Amino acid sequence: MTVRTASDSTPTAQPASARELVLEVRDLSVSLRNADGLLPIVTDVSFSIAEGEAVALAGESGCGKSITASAIMGIAPDNAEISGTIILNGAAISGLPHRERRKLCGRHMGFIFQEPMTALHPTLTVGRQMTDTLRHNLGLSHAAATDRAAELLDRVGIPRAREILKGYVHELSGGMRQRVMIALAISCGPSLVIADEPTTALDVTIQAQVLDLLDEMRREFELAMLFITHDLELVGDFCDRAVVMYAGDVVERGRAADIVRSPAHPYARGLIDAMPRHGDQRARLTPIPGTVPPVGHWPQGCRFAPRCSRAGKKCTVRPPLAVHIRSDVRCWYPLKVGQ
Amino acid sequence: MLRYLLKRFLLILPTIFVPLIIVFLLLRLSPGDPAGMMLGDQATPEQIEALRTQLGLNEPIWVQFAIWLKGILTLDLGNSIFFREPVMEVIPRYVSVTVLLTIVALILAVAIGITMGLISAMHRNKPIDRGVVAMAVLGISLPEFWFALLLIFVFAVTLRWFPVAGYNPPSAGLIAFGATILLPAIALGVRQSALMTRMMRSSMLDVLNEPYITTARAQGLPERKVIGSYAMRTAAIPVVTVAGLAAGYMLGGAVAIEIIFALPGLGRMLVEAVSRRDYPLVEGGVLTISLILAVLNLVIDVIYAILDPRIRYQ
Amino acid sequence: MSTTQATHNERLTDGGEEPFATTTKSVWQRLLANRTAIVSIAILVIISLAAILAPVLAPGNPLRVSPANRFIPPSAEHIFGTDHLGRDMFKMVVHGARTSLLVGLAVTVISMSVAVVLGAISGFYRQVDVVLMRLVDGLMAFPGIVLATAAAGIMGPSTRTVIISLSIVLIAPSLRVVRGQVLVVRELQMIEAARAVGVPTLRLFTRYILPAVSSPILVQASFIFSAAVLGEAGLSFIGVGIGPKELSWGNALTEARNYISQAPWIVLFPGLALMLTILALNLLGDSLRDILDPRLTRRR
Repeated sequence: MTVRTASDSTPTAQPASARELVLEVRDLSVSLRNADGLLPIVTDVSFSIAEGEAVALAGESGCGKSITASAIMGIAPDNAEISGTIILNGAAISGLPHRERRKLCGRHMGFIFQEPMTALHPTLTVGRQMTDTLRHNLGLSHAAATDRAAELLDRVGIPRAREILKGYVHELSGGMRQRVMIALAISCGPSLVIADEPTTALDVTIQAQVLDLLDEMRREFELAMLFITHDLELVGDFCDRAVVMYAGDVVERGRAADIVRSPAHPYARGLIDAMPRHGDQRARLTPIPGTVPPVGHWPQGCRFAPRCSRAGKKCTVRPPLAVHIRSDVRCWYPLKVGQ
Repeated sequence: MLRYLLKRFLLILPTIFVPLIIVFLLLRLSPGDPAGMMLGDQATPEQIEALRTQLGLNEPIWVQFAIWLKGILTLDLGNSIFFREPVMEVIPRYVSVTVLLTIVALILAVAIGITMGLISAMHRNKPIDRGVVAMAVLGISLPEFWFALLLIFVFAVTLRWFPVAGYNPPSAGLIAFGATILLPAIALGVRQSALMTRMMRSSMLDVLNEPYITTARAQGLPERKVIGSYAMRTAAIPVVTVAGLAAGYMLGGAVAIEIIFALPGLGRMLVEAVSRRDYPLVEGGVLTISLILAVLNLVIDVIYAILDPRIRYQ
Repeated sequence: MSTTQATHNERLTDGGEEPFATTTKSVWQRLLANRTAIVSIAILVIISLAAILAPVLAPGNPLRVSPANRFIPPSAEHIFGTDHLGRDMFKMVVHGARTSLLVGLAVTVISMSVAVVLGAISGFYRQVDVVLMRLVDGLMAFPGIVLATAAAGIMGPSTRTVIISLSIVLIAPSLRVVRGQVLVVRELQMIEAARAVGVPTLRLFTRYILPAVSSPILVQASFIFSAAVLGEAGLSFIGVGIGPKELSWGNALTEARNYISQAPWIVLFPGLALMLTILALNLLGDSLRDILDPRLTRRR
């Protein structure tokens, strides 16, 4: 039986409608060079995001999702070696020199960080941080930039915007800070916004508000959004499509609702089962046995095999990302619907 | 902000009074008689007694202290026993030299320290960084007075670019002044600049790892601005502390340098005054240093408050 | 708790080993694995040996004047040359080492002992702390030179005087370090737990606080030693240190400045020995800090 490898031309890899593709990532691999040699962190990641679409990059800590995001942004660490192609708005950006890459940040790509406490400068005013970006990327005058900054803060739901502009980050609550981050990220009108676990550090009640805000922004500005998270429930609710990662690999890729309802990859299935859910009748939770292999200690063949209940003879060879019923799966023995 | 400064000021008061009390007690309670020293071997006991009464040295110690305290508050610091002039006139002559020396040395130290530290941090672990770190370690281990001697040997004796010793005040012309202040300033500043280089490097390395620097880069800001405005603002704070300590050290501890280069500075004046048991001058000198240091500390506190607004509300 | 967190905690406590215990054996082992540490220790050993064996290496009174041998440049017979009074520089350096190192050691031991006691008390008892720290601030504002000069004036310049002056001046930095560490340790939950169980205060000090403080103290000791050697040299240089009857690297340089042009080697060799010692002590302190301070191990 020949395996049809999933490439970008297959239906599930592309969004349902024929909207403009904002971001295309093809065979992205990132390795870190240190004293001991070259350490692969991420291998052969491919996906795409269209205008107005939210794609989740999901997985546990250590699966490589954050470094994938920083590679896309162009802010990976100096000792990172990146191969593969990244195409933004139709133009290949992966081959660009460092300085050109950096110029794209802010203007074409926005980034929302996880920890608003530490991701904003502690001793510069909020206004200064916002006007710096606006002035540099859009060439606005100080007055125009200040006006725009006030507008943006207002738009993200921060009251008394003008006063806040003169204040400092430590005067704001966690939720407010994250709104400032969002305002900052979209301030120059980027086409892509990458949100790295934007709600993880927030209280539960605030999480919902921030997610709503992100959704609003996405619709209003037709933003392509890459949403990095470890929370699968969030993925199901918020995102159109999902890319599930494990130990540097993409293990499943497709429509978010499908993956959450009936995942094809045993790891994704394990994640769903391990989550406590409202109205759960189970007496105990079912965790995935074993631990995530640390970088540099990946097993040969399928990286999930040592922990997989379905592992078989073929699993000594790393499976390709293949088209399955409703999603692309990297597995020799994928689950069928309803399993 | 005002309340913050007031609070800092109150905390500074012990740093002025404790040294004064120490020096008062040390001098009055130690053997050796200023009157006898002034009049020399030929003086008769009656003459010495007369001088002692005249100088108020025969009063009980708390009376002496009260008189002295009153003197401070009325800015009458008495007369120098040795110079036979009011202390208030003797000290400024020497203070100006020390302050000028400190300023020049501090400018050198800060300029070199910040620059080298910054370059080092930005090229971490590359050859230039290792070079700077090695030089900084050597600089910290360099005894200032020995370095001064070496400088004299190379630049004054061998190359004859500078005079060996002596002091020209700025009124004698910028070049003449510079010629006499440069070598001492270098000798005094080298060690401090090494300390500042290390602090700048370490502080900058810490800051460069902070998330807000990544945010600044992710906003597309040019590296020049990321380092110059965003990183430096936070990284500079510990360096300000070191600079303050350096200034404090230079004001009071440059005695060896002043002696080697024959600069009429405050440190040297103090040491000689102590040997002569010139109480009023020693007390006046210590008071001057304490006051200058107190003002210096307040200035540093203001700089902190400017650099880090969070501090203003403490 | 994620799996990575679990393994990390396991590694920290490693089944039974106290998180704070740093056995002397492992410190030695780690020290010898560090290149800079080896070099600095080697230098210090050589200089110490030279000092101890001074009467053997360079017999005779180093201060004895020999007018016939004035200003001999470095040569086979006088490897460091002779000075303006005909004294052999090698003898002076080697014998001077004894005083310089002795003063350094004494000052380090005395000032740090006092600092540990005061710092621990200060860190532990709030009321004492408030008063003590103001006094220390006041002390630090006092120019050390003046204190040393006054002491020299009162007691006459000598090794004993200089040890006392330097010890007083150098208490403050160590005191702050100890106090800072005690403040941190005091807040730890295990102290609360121990007190709740009723462990007597003295026991708290010996079993919990002192071990936590030992690492920064070790690091600090190296730097204090270095500062003491430097301080003594400076004071002796200007004449308020050990006095003319004794010999250290500092006062070997006092007269030297008058003869720089004629005999630069008089200035060179004692200063070089001084700098080398200070350098080695500083490097040792740096290595110790790299080894013992867990926060710093992630970034070099």
